[in-house]
Amino acid sequence: MKATMQQEQEFKKLQRKHLPSRPVLRNALLAFLVGGAISAVGEGVRQFFLARGIGPEAAAGPTAAVMIFLGALLTGLGVYDEIGRVGGMGAFLPITGFANSIVAPAMDFKREGWILGMGAKMFTIAGPVVVYGLLTSFAVGLVYYILYIPR
Amino acid sequence: MELAVAFIGAFIVGGLLCVAAQLVVDVGRLPPPTVMVLSVSLGAVASGLGLYDPLVKVGGAGATVPLPGFGHVLVQGIIADVSRHGLVGLLGGGLEAAAMGVTAAVLFGYLAALFFNPKV
Repeated sequence: MKATMQQEQEFKKLQRKHLPSRPVLRNALLAFLVGGAISAVGEGVRQFFLARGIGPEAAAGPTAAVMIFLGALLTGLGVYDEIGRVGGMGAFLPITGFANSIVAPAMDFKREGWILGMGAKMFTIAGPVVVYGLLTSFAVGLVYYILYIPR
Repeated sequence: MELAVAFIGAFIVGGLLCVAAQLVVDVGRLPPPTVMVLSVSLGAVASGLGLYDPLVKVGGAGATVPLPGFGHVLVQGIIADVSRHGLVGLLGGGLEAAAMGVTAAVLFGYLAALFFNPKV
C-alpha cells in the first residue's frame, strides 16, 4: 500500500511529536566545552610551531597533521568514542573527529579485506567531506576568478 | 599574557563553532555526517566572502582545527593559485594547500586502523 503525501506528512508530524526530546542546552554546553578544549589543544600545537619560527599561514598544515595523528591514535585506543559520546559535535567538528570518522569504519571493516574493506570504508564520511569541500571551493574559486582576475 | 589570549580565543571560537554544529544536529535534526559535510562547504563560502580570515585572526587553531577551517584552506589555496597562474589554479590550488591534512588523514588513519582493533 502506498501512502499519500498527506498521510506521509501526518506520519512525520506524529513521529516528530513522539521522538524523545533532546537536551538541547546540555548538548550545546558539552559541545562548547569539548570543542573548545580540543581547539585549545590545537592552539598549543600551533603555538609550538609558531615558536619554532614557522609563520601563521604555514603553521596550519602541520597543526592539522598533529591533531589528525592524535585523533587517529585516540580512536584506535577506543578513547575518542567516549569523547564523542560526551561532546557530540564538539568532538566531531574538529579535525580530530574527521580522523575518527576515518579510523572507526576502517577498523570495523578490516576483515572485509584490504581494498573494499579498509581501503574503501575509510572514506565513508571523509569521502563526502572531501568531495563536497572540493566542489564548493571550486565554485567559490570560479566566482573569485570571474569577479577579480583581470583578463 | 598574549599566549593566554590566544588560548582563550581558540577555546571560544572553536567552542562556538561546535555549538552551532550541535544545534543544527539537535534542532535541525540533521545527522552528524551531514553537518560535517555542510560545515566544510559553509567554511569555503565564508572564506570566499572574506568572513573566515577575521575568525582565524581571533581564534587561531579554534578556527582552523574545526572542519569549516578545511573549507577555508581549500578556498585560500585556490584563490592564491588563481591569482598567480590564472584559470588552471582552480584545479591545483585547493588540494595543494590542504595536502598536509589530507595526506596525514590517509596515512595516520590507515596506520591506526591497521594496528588497533575495535573495542567491543
